[in-house]
Amino acid sequence: MTAFADVLAYACLVAGATLCLTAGLGLVRFPDVLSRMHAGTKPQVLGVLLVMVGAAIRLDGWANAWMLLLVAAFQLLTAPVSAHLISRVAYRRRHVRRDLLLVDELRGAEAQDDAHRGDEPGDAPPERDGAGRAGV
Amino acid sequence: MTVEPAATRLRHQVPLVVWLVLVWMLLWGSWSWANLLSGLVVALVVLVLLPLPHVVGGVRVRPVPLLVFLGHFVVDLFVSGAEVAWQTLRPAGVRRTAIVRVQLRVDSDLLLTMVAEAISLVPGSLVLDLDRERRVMTLHLLPVRDRADVERKRAHVLVVEERLVRAFGAPEDLEALERAGSDAREEVRAP
Repeated sequence: MTAFADVLAYACLVAGATLCLTAGLGLVRFPDVLSRMHAGTKPQVLGVLLVMVGAAIRLDGWANAWMLLLVAAFQLLTAPVSAHLISRVAYRRRHVRRDLLLVDELRGAEAQDDAHRGDEPGDAPPERDGAGRAGV
Repeated sequence: MTVEPAATRLRHQVPLVVWLVLVWMLLWGSWSWANLLSGLVVALVVLVLLPLPHVVGGVRVRPVPLLVFLGHFVVDLFVSGAEVAWQTLRPAGVRRTAIVRVQLRVDSDLLLTMVAEAISLVPGSLVLDLDRERRVMTLHLLPVRDRADVERKRAHVLVVEERLVRAFGAPEDLEALERAGSDAREEVRAP
């Protein structure tokens, strides 16, 4: 029984660590901020959860398990929020690889909504005739 | 901010106190009266020093839909973790992404927050912007193959929203869901 628990715990720890590694890889390999944020949320959160599960199995006593539960809960709650804030800023400052976008439905709405414009000098409203090429 | 009767304010603060005490107890990791009392004191001090706008109610918990939501959520979490991990590992790297807008149907701060949190963790999507007034959520989608894939992901967002509303929504929210379902999905009638 303990052998089984140990194997399960190790499997969780290794899988979690691997997922965290891929999150780091994604930060390096992905082409733009928005894609990187995907790497920063999903594999990262799942990786931390798996490490927590593995540690909870391995560590004795409920005191540790409760603490790990809290870590997991806050990871689930906060990771999406920080990723959202960073990607929102990135979009507004136009750190977006437009050539990779298949669809961009925000851009149409953006034209009527000046609040979405970036806040760098280069983000000043484009001339009328060149409107279609802004942000490249 | 409107001034409310003390009793109403107190009632709104109770869930927050319970949550803070719970966090305190979990941090200590063991049950004892001393922990409970010190947790209560800390919670009250936090609430007095850092008053938060309370989350206006209208939320109830339905156990069975909640389990349905949680089950799907865990599965989604694993699928999306594996999917994005694969994107980072595969030699070809990321090819196509997309930014789409989704018209949501719920009209409650808390539910919208939950939807946004859940959406960020399910496969392929990240919340970029949330227009509270028009209930429009802007999402960044990571692995997209073609237009059909985009539409599939968009539909999935609405499914997640529906599961959440069924688990937590007030009767009005459920009604709004059904009304929107019978209408065309795009146009929400302006009052």
